[in-house]
Amino acid sequence: MDEVIRVKGLTKLYGRNAVLRGIDCAIKATEVVCVIGPSGSGKSTFLRCLNGLEDASGGQILVHGVAVHETKTDIDALRSDIGMVFQRFNLFPHKTVLENITLAPCKVRGLTYAQARLRASELLQKVGLLDKIDAYPNQLSGGQQQRVAIARALAMQPRIMLFDEPTSALDPEMVGEVLAVMQSLAEEGMTMVVVTHEMGFARQVADRVLFIDEGVVMEEGTPAAIFDNPSHERTRRFLSKVL
Amino acid sequence: MEQVLWFGWFRADIVSQYAGLFWRGLQMTIAVTLICIVLGTALGLAIGLARVAEGRHSPAKQLCKYLLQWPAAVYVSFFRGTPLFVQILLIHFALLPLFINPADGLLISGETARDLKQNYGAFISGVVALTLNSGAYISEIFRAGIQSIDKGQVEASRSLGMSFPRTMYHIILPQAFRRMLPPLGNNAIALLKDSSLISAIGLAELAYAARTVAGAYSRYWEPYLTISLMYWVLTLALAYGVKRLEVRYGRGDSR
Repeated sequence: MDEVIRVKGLTKLYGRNAVLRGIDCAIKATEVVCVIGPSGSGKSTFLRCLNGLEDASGGQILVHGVAVHETKTDIDALRSDIGMVFQRFNLFPHKTVLENITLAPCKVRGLTYAQARLRASELLQKVGLLDKIDAYPNQLSGGQQQRVAIARALAMQPRIMLFDEPTSALDPEMVGEVLAVMQSLAEEGMTMVVVTHEMGFARQVADRVLFIDEGVVMEEGTPAAIFDNPSHERTRRFLSKVL
Repeated sequence: MEQVLWFGWFRADIVSQYAGLFWRGLQMTIAVTLICIVLGTALGLAIGLARVAEGRHSPAKQLCKYLLQWPAAVYVSFFRGTPLFVQILLIHFALLPLFINPADGLLISGETARDLKQNYGAFISGVVALTLNSGAYISEIFRAGIQSIDKGQVEASRSLGMSFPRTMYHIILPQAFRRMLPPLGNNAIALLKDSSLISAIGLAELAYAARTVAGAYSRYWEPYLTISLMYWVLTLALAYGVKRLEVRYGRGDSR
């Protein structure tokens, strides 16, 4: 399989505080990788480095063979192929659902408004929110906002999707609807990197699980290997707290 | 001319006799205010953006800091830290002759300079001073407005592949603008009132008209009360306009 993301010796310092202390990993096309670990372990920082929202202090990240943190890299072009979904949704509050979804395809991809609108309504249909097409984000529930945010990212037809704790800010009864959308996306063969605390989702949907702690990948493997038979003491301790 | 007394005290005939002067003064005050609102907002946006400019990588980082952030901060500090009245005098009597001078103007010299200075000198100085001054205040409004928008908005927009200028234009500024409207409105009202200071260098606006009338009759209630009312009506109109804009741009704001 094609390798779409290659991370080599990634480090990240905030002042003198090392958040990432040498991360190596490779992610292949259509793979679904869940990143788990205690809070403050650096897993969100790792994810945000993948599309250059965070600068790297050292090491290298290649996405489709392009070095993310090179100065001469066209970061906007690179990001347009990497969708991202945030913990706090980050929908544009002054724009309707439709406008949220059509803006970037029109401005960055050069779609006509009609094309973008068609694509938006297809995606809204898919996430089950076609009836909210003209609503403003503050008229939607958290789960609905997050589904719109997923549709917004998908409208760019990205080759990779990054999810940064997509259900952590949701009321419990809304977690399921968002996870269902993510699961169907995974089944369609999207390459996904998901930072999550939803262990059930990781076990069920992930092809591979990375356990990050203290800024390094402590352990990685299939969900079965990680959850049922963790080899590392820290992994065991973490899982005993969250499962 | 026959005296007209209102309430046995107010010489209404003075006001009507000089109606033309007041009218032209009013037009001048409105013109100066509108021009300075437009230019000051443009300048304020530029300086406000300069103050929040940040480079990510090494050369751009230092360039932004020393060529944009610092000069902008010094500029704002100077124009907020010195009296507008002094700025007007400084610009009219010291700075303007440097640039527009029949003998050796840096910008314009010769006969054109003489005409320009004679006919429009006070207007140019006044507009320049008021624009530079309000630009400093407005830049602070822009800076605060931009910085009040959640960082997640920038991140969401950039993660979609939108460039920084596009993110500013489509995402940040429209949201910031909504929050900036009330302080921008206050600023516009302050600007309108401050324009009266330009009368000190002889621009024939409202305050100047009142001073002329007062000088001619040695009466003070009539001219100054008249222009007070005119300023009041103008500020009320401005406040109403801002209110309308707030309602119009208020949709979809999450707070």
